[in-house]
Amino acid sequence: MLTKIAHNIATMTRRRWLAATAGLALGFAISPVLAADDTIKVGVLHSLSGTMAISETTLKDTILFLIDEQNKKGGVLGKKLEAVVVDPASNWPLFAEKARELITKDKVAVVFGCWTSVSRKSVLPVFKELNSILFYPVQYEGEESERNVFYTGAAPNQQAIPAVDYLMKEDKVKRWVLEGTDYVYPRTTNKILEAYLKSKGVAADDIMINYTPFGFADWQTEVSKIKAFGSAGKKTAVVSTINGDANVPFYKELGNQGIKATDIPVVAFSVGEEELAGIDTKPLVGHLAAWNYFESIKTPANEKFIKEWQAYTKNPKRTTNDPMEAHVIGFNMWVKAVEKVKSTDADKVIDALPGTEAPNLTGGISKMLPNHHITKPVFIGEIKGDGQFNVVYKTKDLVPGDAWSKELDGSKDLIGDWVGKKCGNYNVKTNKCLGSGS
Amino acid sequence: MLARFIAPFHAFLLALVLIAFTGPAFAGPFEDAVAKFTTDDFSDSEEAVDAIASSGSPLAYPIISALKDERLMFDADTKKVYIKQEDGKAVDAATGAPVDAIPDSASAVSLNNKLRRHIEAALGGLTLQSPNLDARISAAKSVFKSHEEAALPAVEGALAKETDRTAKAFLAQARAAIILFKSDAAEVDKLEAVATIRSRGDQDALAMLSDIGTDQPPAVAKAAASAVSSIQNSLAIWSGVQNAWYGLSLGSVLLLAAIGLAITFGVMGVINMAHGEMVMLGAYTTFVVQEVIRTRYPGLFDYSLLIAVPLAFLVAGAIGVLIERSIIRFLYGRPLETLLATWGLSLVLQQAVRTIFGPTNREVGNPSWMSGAFELGQITITYNRLWILCFTLAVFVILLAMLRFTALGLEMRAVTQNRRMAASMGIATSRVDALTFGLGSGIAGIAGVALSQIDNVSPNLGQGYIIDSFMVVVFGGVGNLWGTLVGAFTLGIANKFLEPVAGAVLGKIAILVLIILFIQKRPRGLFALKGRAVEA
Repeated sequence: MLTKIAHNIATMTRRRWLAATAGLALGFAISPVLAADDTIKVGVLHSLSGTMAISETTLKDTILFLIDEQNKKGGVLGKKLEAVVVDPASNWPLFAEKARELITKDKVAVVFGCWTSVSRKSVLPVFKELNSILFYPVQYEGEESERNVFYTGAAPNQQAIPAVDYLMKEDKVKRWVLEGTDYVYPRTTNKILEAYLKSKGVAADDIMINYTPFGFADWQTEVSKIKAFGSAGKKTAVVSTINGDANVPFYKELGNQGIKATDIPVVAFSVGEEELAGIDTKPLVGHLAAWNYFESIKTPANEKFIKEWQAYTKNPKRTTNDPMEAHVIGFNMWVKAVEKVKSTDADKVIDALPGTEAPNLTGGISKMLPNHHITKPVFIGEIKGDGQFNVVYKTKDLVPGDAWSKELDGSKDLIGDWVGKKCGNYNVKTNKCLGSGS
Repeated sequence: MLARFIAPFHAFLLALVLIAFTGPAFAGPFEDAVAKFTTDDFSDSEEAVDAIASSGSPLAYPIISALKDERLMFDADTKKVYIKQEDGKAVDAATGAPVDAIPDSASAVSLNNKLRRHIEAALGGLTLQSPNLDARISAAKSVFKSHEEAALPAVEGALAKETDRTAKAFLAQARAAIILFKSDAAEVDKLEAVATIRSRGDQDALAMLSDIGTDQPPAVAKAAASAVSSIQNSLAIWSGVQNAWYGLSLGSVLLLAAIGLAITFGVMGVINMAHGEMVMLGAYTTFVVQEVIRTRYPGLFDYSLLIAVPLAFLVAGAIGVLIERSIIRFLYGRPLETLLATWGLSLVLQQAVRTIFGPTNREVGNPSWMSGAFELGQITITYNRLWILCFTLAVFVILLAMLRFTALGLEMRAVTQNRRMAASMGIATSRVDALTFGLGSGIAGIAGVALSQIDNVSPNLGQGYIIDSFMVVVFGGVGNLWGTLVGAFTLGIANKFLEPVAGAVLGKIAILVLIILFIQKRPRGLFALKGRAVEA
């Protein structure tokens, strides 16, 4: 009988594990403190325990920091802001429950939250039903534009495509490995990239697409496959959408097998300053990352932000990263929109947000677009020996985010326009709104 | 536009204005080349590297190697370039004269991959005759890669003087690479070059021969094509060997993670869901040991893992005994409750570590003897994997000997096989239970030390191994250490032969399906044993 139980355990999927794990961790959620009516409540929906805590905890701190700063300036509409922090514990269904709790019980005016696309999809119906506002700060696969969601992270055309363009132009790359973790963001991004590369004349033989499971640790075979693929006499590069914990063993294996950035550069979309904190970056010098923000960018706004952030967290070494900047922009846009309509009413703020501008930390002014995405600069950085990035390329202007990819057959005629058409998936060919059914 | 825009623009413009108005302020071409670094523009730096490398100046090597290590500093205002030496002192790059201090306004000349390739090629040319053998070999390798015509005289000069056989072979290959791409080389020489490169037989040779350009004579193109297919054939055989090695390596990791569980679950029959957390605690012990060594005794860093092994055993073992005494002993014979209790415990341990050490990954360094790789024929064997394999086998042998030859081992086996009989023979069964559980946990802790070398040290470390560990123990046969060994290596090798064909995701699924089918046929695993675990 024991063997049978063990057998059940062995075949249980990782995801169910996580779900169950997080379910038990419910007890760790932080309950909000009741406060007087003269405050505006801001919901923070980021995992503070479970697998995603590694990335999301920092974002919770970022919002608390921004609220603190805003309150020092007198708050919003003469009222102080008050954060309501909940812990969805890396458990996707729990995200929806916690979102509902924030909106109905705590009556928050706005929610900043989510990291993975699954968690965003899980809370979408809640925000629609209860008509509230979500700011989503992470780069994602696109193919979405919802009335209640504002996407301050990068869409694929603001990260993946400029990165590929850079490698094609600067390193004359002819052969491509698209290496990703097996879930929706890498799959969609790679589909877009494959279509884009083919449209640029890359042969199907020169594209290799690999997927690995979450938390993959044994990269020997994959890395030697990349090495073999790179020895066909054409300049080869790896485009990595590997997520989270799998990155460290991947980069360690690259270093051990002696794949240098001068031979086969790896450009990553999910590796930032925080992920590199766990590795010795000396063997990785020269590998690339594409983001809309790097900590090492020297602008007065960024230097001021880093200084205040480190003072707030009382940690002089605390790093900053791209999704944090997205929250900074999103938060400031929300404050501006609220002050413009002099109300926190969701409908009014949603209508006021498109067109709102807020400075980003790299010296430009980002603008909220009618499709609820924002304009952002794109940077390509090379990993340095100290774990920071050295920016080697920047787009000349801010790139507007496309909700629907122009590279995919299913979405190239779609646009999101919540100002004129009041529709998230408007087909410009047939002049029809597909509506929420699709 | 590649200008480095994050450099202050006004300083950059000022530098340009200075160049325009002060005229040629520097004496020779070497000084002019050095001055180019002060614009911090990638294409200017490339030109500077090429000019300096061919200048013959004794400063060429120090300048370019400093540039490579981000130790070359420039001051855009004074148009001075400095070399920050490894001992902290500084010299003026244009004159070689020592300077007291590098001004604060100076910053490192920035690099990109294209520039790095230029640097590698230039350093290759400069170190071909270095007194250090490794430097000569790596120089020959980088000349092989860049195969620039200008390096030919240097290569031939070095080849004539070289006495070491290995270095000589690499130099000959470098020379062959240059001749193959030299447009005015004779056909005979080119054919000979193809043969030399073919004899190298690795992926670099394959890459070079597959891309020799279209303007080669037909005979050379034909020879290259036949060389390509012959190299491909031999590499295909080698890739089989490589898969076997990867399988052994994965098997050793599986075995290491599972071997502690083979004691607690296999021998004692406790479904210990907190097993992975014991592994994690071992990894964090390594982290703490390394932190202490880094701050107090940096010289001991290479021994950090050896120090961490006994400590990790003690930490994880002590926590194991504590768990057994406080929780598990009340739950013997109640597998479902044990499962839930240890699962809850695993969450508590994870969150405790997250609270103490933070949710982010912690850096555990590789000691020098565990970094890098060596070539065996056409396969690359990384030192960390090799050491983990040896370490795993050593742990296995020690554990086996312990169970076989020590009094505690005898008592453990006795309690496992017949608890009541053992008790009536005077064995303190509950003490043996605690020690056995502590032993299993301690071994999991040791596994954590090794796994910290190849995986993330994060609070989630254990979760990734618990399923695999149960899989190995169940597949190998509960209660049998040899079964665990065979099970781990079988699963490792099967996985690594499936992975190149089916991909990592499907490969893993295929393994799970195979195990399910196997367990249907043989519910007690590969090697079934009689014991408490089976009778329960």
